[in-house]
Amino acid sequence: MKITQGTFSFLPELSDEQIKAQIEYALEEQGWAISVEYTDDPHPRNTYWEMWGMPMFDLEDPAGAFEEVKDCREANPSHYIKVNAFDSTRGWETVRLSFIVNRPEREPGFRVMRQEAQGRDIRYTIESYAASGSPEGERYGR
Amino acid sequence: MEETIHNDPGNIPDPDAPVDIEGAFEDSQVQGVLDKLDRELVGLASVKTKIRETAALLLVDRVRREVGLASASPSLHMSFTGNPGTGKTTVAMRMAEILHRLGYVRKGHLVAVTRDDLVGQYIGHTAPKTKEVLKKAMGGVLFIDEAYYLYRQENERDYGSEAIEILLQVMENQREDLVVIFAGYADRMEEFFRSNPGMSSRIAHHLDFPDYSDGELMEIASLMLGEQQYRLSEEADRTFREYIARRRGRPNFANARSIRNALDRARLRQASRLFENRGSGLTKRDLATIEAEDFLASRVFENDGESS
Repeated sequence: MKITQGTFSFLPELSDEQIKAQIEYALEEQGWAISVEYTDDPHPRNTYWEMWGMPMFDLEDPAGAFEEVKDCREANPSHYIKVNAFDSTRGWETVRLSFIVNRPEREPGFRVMRQEAQGRDIRYTIESYAASGSPEGERYGR
Repeated sequence: MEETIHNDPGNIPDPDAPVDIEGAFEDSQVQGVLDKLDRELVGLASVKTKIRETAALLLVDRVRREVGLASASPSLHMSFTGNPGTGKTTVAMRMAEILHRLGYVRKGHLVAVTRDDLVGQYIGHTAPKTKEVLKKAMGGVLFIDEAYYLYRQENERDYGSEAIEILLQVMENQREDLVVIFAGYADRMEEFFRSNPGMSSRIAHHLDFPDYSDGELMEIASLMLGEQQYRLSEEADRTFREYIARRRGRPNFANARSIRNALDRARLRQASRLFENRGSGLTKRDLATIEAEDFLASRVFENDGESS
């Protein structure tokens, strides 16, 4: 099950050139700061991914940021990696664009968990097949 | 990277095809930058010639690539050597512009740094710091002033060598993303390159910035004054010539920068002189004129020969 989080996630995977073009858009057109994050726990409620280095402020060109994406991929080939673009404008001060640039080869997806509660209530939640049962770093093979 | 290479000149397909260097030159609008260089910078004839040559080489290279002739992506890293205040930073800015116009760097901005911006305070601090600077400079030109401070011969464990290593790696692997210019005093740069052979072999262009002559400094002064709408009285002009000659013999003489500082101080003295005489019917001309006494108060004219 292909995980769809962030911008462009219903499109085919972005090529490197397309990723660079998106970074270029964020830097040049919008003046946002780029950061790279990765995780192997793709639960939709997991908003805290690991930071790959510090956010990169004051960049002029996508080459530097893309270099970080490449380094991160090399170090974490079977993790989810995303590129974030942060808008520091007063009033926004938040991530404005975020898209996945790397994902594990096999994505088993999530299963529904049912918990019987008082009476005939059922509580539902989801659980990642890959993330449950094995610790960080050992979840998607590798 | 994948280019057709024709090593044998006999193998050039269609050798009589016309090429349009003129057109490429005009498209690039490099002439504008070169003109600006001529206009803004006094003297420096040898530097200007070298820049023209470099621009010509890059332009021809680009045209060659367009018509499908072999053109190895040229190494563009440079070293600028010369005493302080000889225009290295200004030329570097123009260089960035030229490279941008010719399409050798994508953005054409200049990031000027010194050792402190690259080298960290403790183990593990240097690499991220250097990389951050490099990332900021990507797509443009990284100008490393007084580059020789990166390498401290007397201390093997100095973190400077780590920064040099990272620099070298990027200079080699990301040539199309970044151009690095090293700048500093000629003799110390030479020593720096001698102790870092890997560095000197990656630097293709060496530009030497000679000191300005007194006449050129005078010309620079009048350019600066013209910009700020000041003028020197006749006597002040003579005094300032004398000042330049004397200042040159003093320690820390920094060519055009010393001139700028001297003029700034003269303006300060002029202002306080005018303020003292505020009751005595001053005119607009007085506001714009710097008098000899504004220079004569300088330490440079104090008891000859003695340092102060």
